[in-house]
Amino acid sequence: MGLIEKQQNIIDFTLSSLLRRKGKNAALVVVYAVVVFTVSGVVFFTRSIQEEASIVLKHAPEMMVQRLIAGRHDLIPLSYIETIKQIRGVQDVKARLWGYYFDPTNGANYTLIADEAFAHGDGNIVIGRGVERNLPSSVGGTMPFKAYDGSYVFLKMKEVLPSESELVSADLIMLSVNDFRRLFGVPGNQATDLVLSVKNSRELSTIAAKILTLLPDTRPITREEILRTYDAVFSWRGGMMIVILSGAVMAFVILAWDKATGLSAEEKREIGILKAVGWETSDILLMKFWEGAAISLSSFLLGVGAAYLHVYLASSALFEPALKGWSVLYPHFRLTPFVNAYQVATLFFLTVVPYTVATIVPSWRAATVDPDAVMRS
Amino acid sequence: MTGVRKSTVFFLSLGLALVAAAFLAVHASSAKQAGVERLRQMSGVVERYGLTDLCLFTDARYTRHLSMADLNTPFQDYPMSFEHFPSGSLFTPPPHLIRHGID
Repeated sequence: MGLIEKQQNIIDFTLSSLLRRKGKNAALVVVYAVVVFTVSGVVFFTRSIQEEASIVLKHAPEMMVQRLIAGRHDLIPLSYIETIKQIRGVQDVKARLWGYYFDPTNGANYTLIADEAFAHGDGNIVIGRGVERNLPSSVGGTMPFKAYDGSYVFLKMKEVLPSESELVSADLIMLSVNDFRRLFGVPGNQATDLVLSVKNSRELSTIAAKILTLLPDTRPITREEILRTYDAVFSWRGGMMIVILSGAVMAFVILAWDKATGLSAEEKREIGILKAVGWETSDILLMKFWEGAAISLSSFLLGVGAAYLHVYLASSALFEPALKGWSVLYPHFRLTPFVNAYQVATLFFLTVVPYTVATIVPSWRAATVDPDAVMRS
Repeated sequence: MTGVRKSTVFFLSLGLALVAAAFLAVHASSAKQAGVERLRQMSGVVERYGLTDLCLFTDARYTRHLSMADLNTPFQDYPMSFEHFPSGSLFTPPPHLIRHGID
């Protein structure tokens, strides 16, 4: 009997054996696939967010300078611009006006940004796609804002930002500097924070240190720090990953533990009978290997495939409730699949290999015992 | 013996699953190319308006602007703090805050 023929016979027997307990094994495949789906989904999702953040936020300002008063971010005087400009290496300093607005009509929070070169002029706004989705009207309609003094300001919606940019702009409302100051009562000599551009980006940390010396009530945040933030929070050690992965890993540990701690009486009897009719220990181990491989490979392919479809074609719909939290506005975005062979191989070795090994060890123990004793036990 | 062997069915379904996986790999590659335009548009918006963060959460300001979060105030205002917004418990504080201690 050739090697292939022998393997085929063993696989035939293994599959028949699995089908005899089809209810139990189908449930096992489903649970296993769900665990793989959860782990792969989180890995795909966070990896794509991490990658997109690193590409997109490369275009963020080189440095922001915020003022802190009594432990809180506060408005920064425009006079700080001149002080910072005197630092060697600073190319330009600009004031930024931005803030949050809570809309009591729908419970949404918006990020309002004043644009110095706002093309639509005073009295008009440009809104993000997420803002538009939560409003009864769209372009051409007006949006009421309650100003700092209790009066109402009505701004006309002139444009909606492209849906492709929703991951960064869903909750944005752009308006003119005059409208921003009128809405929030920000004095003309103050801004929310300052943004800097420098001549040589390698001098950023030196410039940040000089700013802290000259203006001790400020805190500089560099673009590198922004990039590192997104790199860190979406890494496997980040809170989100730990929360979701720990649940999945525990489920997997229970699954593998159940297998590794021993075989059922029925499985032991089967091994005893096989040995009694002339099967060798190596044949039994081979059978158990194929059993483990059939279950774990099917579950792996099902889980990873479903996770891919979920994250990249169904916009991670199942993760949305967890990510949305109490947010009223949530961006609708389709992530770019930054999936690579390394990721898939890691998932494979984390899920398929331990399970396959866990099925072989107890079988080896049962297969090396005298068949008579196994059948009687 | 009539009928197809179980091992043949098994390998055929495994082959089909691998074909499906290859199809997904092709999809990933083409979607990545299509994503370039979307990322270019997003980068344009980030550059034009000087944005600093992704708009993933809009419930709390320290998760809306993760990189602008601070550690200054007890009981609130940074992810993983004792607070009440679900999104805050999903992330650890930005690394530059942990490194500097408190600015």
